[in-house]
Amino acid sequence: MQDSGINVLFMGSNFLRLLEGLCVTLRISLISVILSIPLGIFFGIFMTLKNPFSKAISRIYLEFIRIMPQLVLLFIAYFGVTRAFGWSLSADVSATVVFVLWGTAEMGDLVRGALISIPKNQYDSAFALGMTKAQTFIHIVVPQTFRRLIPLTINLTTRMIKTTSLVVLIGITEVLKVGKQIIDANRFEYPSAALWVYGVIFLLYFLACWPISVMAKKLEKRWG
Amino acid sequence: MENKVQLKINNLRKRFGTEVVLDGINLTVNKGEVVVVLGPSGCGKSTLLRCMNGLEAISEGEILLDGEKITAGSKEITKLRQKIGMVFQSYDLFPHKNILDNVTLAPIKVQKIPRKEAEERAEKLLRRVGLWKKRKAFPRELSGGQKQRAAIVRALCMNPEVMLFDEVTAALDPQMVREVLNVMLELAEGGMTMVIVTHEMQFARAVADKIIFLEKGKITEEAEPEEFFTNPKTETAKEFLQSFVYEKHKIQ
Repeated sequence: MQDSGINVLFMGSNFLRLLEGLCVTLRISLISVILSIPLGIFFGIFMTLKNPFSKAISRIYLEFIRIMPQLVLLFIAYFGVTRAFGWSLSADVSATVVFVLWGTAEMGDLVRGALISIPKNQYDSAFALGMTKAQTFIHIVVPQTFRRLIPLTINLTTRMIKTTSLVVLIGITEVLKVGKQIIDANRFEYPSAALWVYGVIFLLYFLACWPISVMAKKLEKRWG
Repeated sequence: MENKVQLKINNLRKRFGTEVVLDGINLTVNKGEVVVVLGPSGCGKSTLLRCMNGLEAISEGEILLDGEKITAGSKEITKLRQKIGMVFQSYDLFPHKNILDNVTLAPIKVQKIPRKEAEERAEKLLRRVGLWKKRKAFPRELSGGQKQRAAIVRALCMNPEVMLFDEVTAALDPQMVREVLNVMLELAEGGMTMVIVTHEMQFARAVADKIIFLEKGKITEEAEPEEFFTNPKTETAKEFLQSFVYEKHKIQ
């Protein structure tokens, strides 16, 4: 029989399984994003404090997370923590913890950047109008920061969705893993299945991330 | 003009680290008086203005507005600042709000007056400076001169008793300077108490009741404009005024 790897996609519940795998990917990334955003906002504000102690702590945290490859962080959380403390974190929990730690650091840096990009004159003119610090923050600083942050946050979200493909290495059966299983199961009958399966996975990632980045571009234009 | 003291500065000193920026300033501004502060750059003019509404903390001395002490960072400062409008060189309108919202924000949030009343106030003022038609525009859509007029209106909308102007035309194209200065002249004629830092000598001469010449943080001359411009007493003031006169053969 002619090798037509495309058939693999329609065999049994293969396609459905791929979609389920995608759901795992999206679930981990969305939970991480939803937790990272508020934590990152607090971390960002924390980073702008003038206190040398808080500065040092946030610097170390940010650099540590940035320097370590996410894969290493995943291994530490999944294998290392179990060894060191005897806590047996499930793969899902380890992955979420790592992505929240990473997302908080990145989001915090975005928030810090947006906050310090508000010119000092904006504060001065608000104070000169008799506004208190709180009023200045609520009416002047937050709205301007928010506008700068939305496109950046959305970009971070797409990065997180893509990076979750690493969780396959701590044994989570997400979309890439499902694809691999399907390919392996049909290795002899359909040698070209890999092309089709990975092609579909590519498409799925694209469909998940593309609308998000289109939205980011639009908002950037409107508020730029 | 009644001689009620509006703003009084007693022996003000201001240091940045070890550098003395203002050194023993004494100044009285009466109600309805227009004081123009002149001086070479770096002499402390802007710092003096910023001290007057507590944007800069002073090191020694006191500043009194209607007899009430202005202290940066104090609880009363936000109350006192409502009586002192300030306009900056770089306009500093709020970029995320349209002109009307820029102007009414502080009256609504700080003075807590109803939106409708704030907008009536704003309409009157915006019409006066010819910007009512632009009320829905955002700051980035306006020219420099329009932005600066809007910034003046934003300060005026709080019904201040004193207005401080910090080189408000310095960033403007020459043809836009006029429209802003006209607004200020009109304000002066209306009896507003004003302290102005400017490099527009013709304007200073026309608008001022009193000229203050500041040199290295000290007031070295205090005079009526006619006297100051025709017969400056100090060498530095002479040189300063001379620097605005261009004579072809003198340039080497």
